[in-house]
Amino acid sequence: MLVTERLRLHDDIGAWVAKHGATRAALIPVLQEIQRSYNEISEYAMQEVADRLDIHPVEVYSVVSFYSFLEAKARGRFVIRLCRTVSCDMTGKDRVARQLENDLGIRFGETTRDGNFSLEWANCLGMCDQGPALLINDQVFTSVTPETVHDLIQACRKSFGPLAVQGQKGRTH
Amino acid sequence: MSSRIERTASISRAPVSQRGHVVPVSADPEAIGGTVSVTIDGIEAKVPLGTTILDAARALGLKIPTLCHHPDLEVAGVCRICVVEVEGQRTLQAACAFPITSPIRVQTHTRKVRQARRRILDLMLSKHVGECYTCFRNLNCELQTLAKEYGVDFFRFGHEAARRHQVDDSSYSVRRDMDKCILCRRCVRTCIDLQEVGVLEAVGRSDGTRIATFLDKPLNDVVCINCGQCINRCPTAALGAMDPTDDVWIDINDPKKHVVIQTAPAPRAAIGECFGLPPGTPLTFEMNTAMKTIGFDRVFDTNFTADLTIIEEGTELLLRLHEALVQKKDVALPQFTSCSPGWVKYLEHFYPEMIPNLSTAKSPQQMFGALIKTFYAQKAGIDPASIVACALMPCSAKKYECNRPEMCDSGHKDVDYGLVTRELGQMFHEAGIDLPKMPKGSFDDPFGTATGSGVIFGATGGVMEAAIRTVVELVTGLKIEDVFAHADVLPVRGFDGVRYVELPIPAIGEVPDLLKMNKGLPFSDWKWLEGAVLKVAVCHGTANAKRVVEDIKAGGTFSKCHFIEFMACPGGCLGGGGMPIPTSPEIRAARAKAIYAEDASYEIRKAHENPAVIRLYQEFLTDGPCGEKSHHLLHTHYTPRGKYIA
Repeated sequence: MLVTERLRLHDDIGAWVAKHGATRAALIPVLQEIQRSYNEISEYAMQEVADRLDIHPVEVYSVVSFYSFLEAKARGRFVIRLCRTVSCDMTGKDRVARQLENDLGIRFGETTRDGNFSLEWANCLGMCDQGPALLINDQVFTSVTPETVHDLIQACRKSFGPLAVQGQKGRTH
Repeated sequence: MSSRIERTASISRAPVSQRGHVVPVSADPEAIGGTVSVTIDGIEAKVPLGTTILDAARALGLKIPTLCHHPDLEVAGVCRICVVEVEGQRTLQAACAFPITSPIRVQTHTRKVRQARRRILDLMLSKHVGECYTCFRNLNCELQTLAKEYGVDFFRFGHEAARRHQVDDSSYSVRRDMDKCILCRRCVRTCIDLQEVGVLEAVGRSDGTRIATFLDKPLNDVVCINCGQCINRCPTAALGAMDPTDDVWIDINDPKKHVVIQTAPAPRAAIGECFGLPPGTPLTFEMNTAMKTIGFDRVFDTNFTADLTIIEEGTELLLRLHEALVQKKDVALPQFTSCSPGWVKYLEHFYPEMIPNLSTAKSPQQMFGALIKTFYAQKAGIDPASIVACALMPCSAKKYECNRPEMCDSGHKDVDYGLVTRELGQMFHEAGIDLPKMPKGSFDDPFGTATGSGVIFGATGGVMEAAIRTVVELVTGLKIEDVFAHADVLPVRGFDGVRYVELPIPAIGEVPDLLKMNKGLPFSDWKWLEGAVLKVAVCHGTANAKRVVEDIKAGGTFSKCHFIEFMACPGGCLGGGGMPIPTSPEIRAARAKAIYAEDASYEIRKAHENPAVIRLYQEFLTDGPCGEKSHHLLHTHYTPRGKYIA
């Protein structure tokens, strides 16, 4: 990690700990802030948080490894989580899954080589009446069909880089 | 004269809202509402309010199996093997985590309970890789015992044949084999709650849960202090010590090698446990014969260098005090003891800024290693390169210490192998030796026989007691027996986490000849110590050490101390990570009793009166304590490590 990056992280964590309090109970809010801004909770970040909250780094690692939405290593810019529970399964999540894999050229649990997309399974998004449902970062999409999968991925691609629609910022989160 | 500071803070790391349901046990059972009646398996009893079902059953002589429960640790209630049926409760309840607050009826072995326990065992065994007869915990394994007790005759949910994890043997001391792990989290609670080192924690979720270090790094890359407390508390063989016995046997069988062993005080009080004797059976002299029988050429007593440590560390303390009081220099005080390699590594990791406070004197093990390959080799006319120096220790961190790169001041590796009590017991078994029946044998010269002051190094407070006996006599010229009855410095004994003692210097005498040997001594009389009050403290377990060091940094009581004894393990060496498994407060107390009994039985009970030590200074370390030669051989330096892991 570059020294400048490390310094920025150090200052950011300091600010978040000041905001949420330097107690054990602040651990998850602080980790969520890091996840939101940095897309990952790096080795250095875990140790810095542990030091500030007076707990052990391995305890922070334990928490990060427990929650699906906290990640020790950055995944893609867009993390697509497809619901795999019963009602989504019955409304055709398998076809959606195959379409996602084909369009992105990766399997579930993998990240595209350009680092833009990750595919994950999710267990129930609470949209059982509107399945199949999927989550792109923190946005839910319901009644997804193989056809709409293509549009969704195109929309993601257009939201950053040279294809970005004018006026939209690069990062979506 | 003394005041005690009790450990007040709760040892639990979890916030109050998430702790197990614990009701404080009523202190006065006579008070109204102080007791509650309980019926367990038809036996009625009155127990103090808040007693757990497990404790109540044990008090009644009933047996409830446990796995994750340990008397030294917080209640976890994770393994569920102790489930019982409580009348009026829909589900089975964990006896270890159920405080009795109202009259209840409990059944401990109904069909439902037995079936549940059997299923739990079946599930644990389904992911427990390995065969019992290739396991070092064979016949001393809590899982194996339970499987036998509950009649497991087949693997209901299968039995993993292929390994899923790699054995982590990166550390010099602790070996982790996660295929044997049953996720009871005793090691987690030991590392985080008991020792506050924080190396191990449960990582992942659900069936992917595993016990891991920070980012699954190998043990030698994290802040592990090698204290081995996790080994002593692991119910299976998931945690063990790195075993050098194969190499030791090879050297013993090599006629060109001269194999010597030094034996620390604590293993003597515990090795009997490897032979089925109750804890606290001293077998010092039987062990000497047994070690000769299996092929060690010489058996030395680490007490000799324990006494030497006292002289060196004591002189260092007097020099520091002189610098601080007379020369008004900015000197690092209080001085910390450096005998416990676990504590040394703890300080290097967590408080590297406090390293100047650490005594530069080596631990007794390393002093002995350096002397064996110089003084002894010269005296016996043996090439030091052909000497193999083994050390019998109660401690897994000693295995690490002898491999520290700076520990080769003799020109060779000072100590070649660190053996622990369990391993020597194993070697005796292998050689067909029934230790309790061995005839008694003595220690070999030129290091002489034991002294009482060295023996008590094995218990918490022992180093301080030995130091007080010597420093008081050297400074005041009085006999310690006149200051403390029977030379027992009782205020520093016991198992309180932290003990603080103030010791006024009652008189001053002459500077003894032993110290005068050091020509560089900046003082020639004790006038500057007249009327001084020596303030010392003793603490054991790194959790307590952390509190003391934090207090020093904040400028509290302990920052006014002059000398503080730290031991990494609860109870001191007698609770070390190399001692026979299991451990509990009762076992440690029994070992301590044996150690203090042995001390009382010796004629010489003061370091400076040990004739072998005096001879060493006269013949070899001729420039006296803390002189140039002793600095070269008996003192060391430390490495600031820090706690950040790159």
